[in-house]
Amino acid sequence: MEFLKEIRKSTFPRQHIEHLEDTSILDISNLFVRFDSRLALDDVSFQLHHGERVAVVGPNGAGKSTLFKAIAGVLKPFSGEIKVYGHGPGGHICIAYLSQRSQVDWSFPVTVSDVVMMGRIGKLGLLRWPKHRDWEIVRQALVDVGLEELANRQIGELSGGQQQRMFIARALAQEAELMLMDEPLTGLDIGSQESIFTFLDDLQGRGVTVMVATHDLDLAARRFDRVMLLNQRMLGFGVPEQVFTPEQLMSAYGGHIHLVETDDQLLVVADTCCDEGENT
Amino acid sequence: MTALFDLLLTPLNYAFMVRGLLAALMVGAVCATVGTYVVLRGMAFFGDALAHAILPGVAIGYLVGGGARGPLFWWGLLAAVISAVGIGTISKKAKINEDTAIGIVFASMFALGIALISSVRNYTVDLAHFLFGDVLGVSNQDLLLIAVFSGLIILTILIFYKEFLVLSFDPLLAKTLRLPALTLEYLLLVLIAVTIVVSLQTVGVALMVAMLVTPSASAFLLTKRLPYMMLLGAGFASLSGVIGLYISFYTSIASGAAIVLTCTAFFILALLFRSTRNSLRARKLQTPHK
Repeated sequence: MEFLKEIRKSTFPRQHIEHLEDTSILDISNLFVRFDSRLALDDVSFQLHHGERVAVVGPNGAGKSTLFKAIAGVLKPFSGEIKVYGHGPGGHICIAYLSQRSQVDWSFPVTVSDVVMMGRIGKLGLLRWPKHRDWEIVRQALVDVGLEELANRQIGELSGGQQQRMFIARALAQEAELMLMDEPLTGLDIGSQESIFTFLDDLQGRGVTVMVATHDLDLAARRFDRVMLLNQRMLGFGVPEQVFTPEQLMSAYGGHIHLVETDDQLLVVADTCCDEGENT
Repeated sequence: MTALFDLLLTPLNYAFMVRGLLAALMVGAVCATVGTYVVLRGMAFFGDALAHAILPGVAIGYLVGGGARGPLFWWGLLAAVISAVGIGTISKKAKINEDTAIGIVFASMFALGIALISSVRNYTVDLAHFLFGDVLGVSNQDLLLIAVFSGLIILTILIFYKEFLVLSFDPLLAKTLRLPALTLEYLLLVLIAVTIVVSLQTVGVALMVAMLVTPSASAFLLTKRLPYMMLLGAGFASLSGVIGLYISFYTSIASGAAIVLTCTAFFILALLFRSTRNSLRARKLQTPHK
């Protein structure tokens, strides 16, 4: 009778679960996740600081999406502990998970503002319709990401960068404090990537903590406070210079990466790009 | 002009035609509204299977009630809800592909139904009604049942509109917003089941899936927001019901088949309309460059 439990839990207007003082926004210890017999995450432990921006890099199938889904509380760990502000993720509605764009049905008959309004639904609770204040929050979120002109477009009419900004607006409407973005930069041109970073800087200004899964080692090194190298196990976590060493990169990517060392810099040639193929 | 009026009004002199038209209107509206979710979530096979899976319920109702309509309805409803929840549970718990779970439940239930029915003599006539519908045999009591349940279905969709929207568009978001995702999922399956039982008499088991899918798919081609898709789909379906019944009245085409073929005609029109509109737009975009 799993669903009776569910109903009891989802009492009407939902509030944020209490955030304990002096706890870090995210504290993961000895996390194991397995799918049937395969180990997807193997003994991962780390902490995040409030308001920092972290890139998670690793080859396809490294468990980046799995890690995010476990943090968001939509996937049950096999063992280990995930604490968001001192509590398990299941009670929080301040965690936003932004799917890979390839996982979204872009022909779905909803407009941009419909999608952003979805972020409000956790706060509204059952049997309540959006009020003026909710629409105002949605409008403001669209202004913040520069999409107010496109509010009434069907979502399939947006470009890749605009689609990603729409999801950021949805997370803003959700008043998310921890944003988990799965491959937001994949398939975007340089200009769109840059504009995403403008909004990420803005989020940092608001104290939102952001984790971004990416394949782009260069962007990860240049634009993030800390980087995590992941391939089932966490192979490194810290400032880019310490994490992206030839040894660590080789152990994460194995034969899928070629390192070219010149006098004063390290050149990385990787063939791990592309979306999809990432595990559930 | 008067000839046209005669053509339209003559059938209304028959009480069975009026009841049939009312039934077709209501069933069309409720099927297309629920069918919107069926189309958007790619559940056509589930809908088709569920329609077939209520056969044992109807058979038991038939044996218990000796042909009375009431028991057919309630037993059918029971079988549909059991099948819907069964398919959901099997695919989740046994980690079998949902497609496979549907196939197993659907074929087993249908076989059970045939086994039960074949134990009764002279079953062919009744089976035909069940398979292909008998909208002109709708009684006042049937109409009341259709009205009450259609109302309940529409009301439920209104109440959980925003939750069903999130669940259908982005199930992961539904979970991170801590919506009761599993409960809503089952509720939607049950709604589809009830819709099928309510609509059974108009088009029958074999053509049921067309009522769920075709009008909503036509509306999908022409709209870009969910509420409009539901309204337009309901319009297409109800209109198809009425037109189909008139066709059936003046020709000797079976009513269920006439209704479904009219739905198909609307779909083809929608398809043509959309492709012409798109090519016109493309041309408009090209002209400034000339």
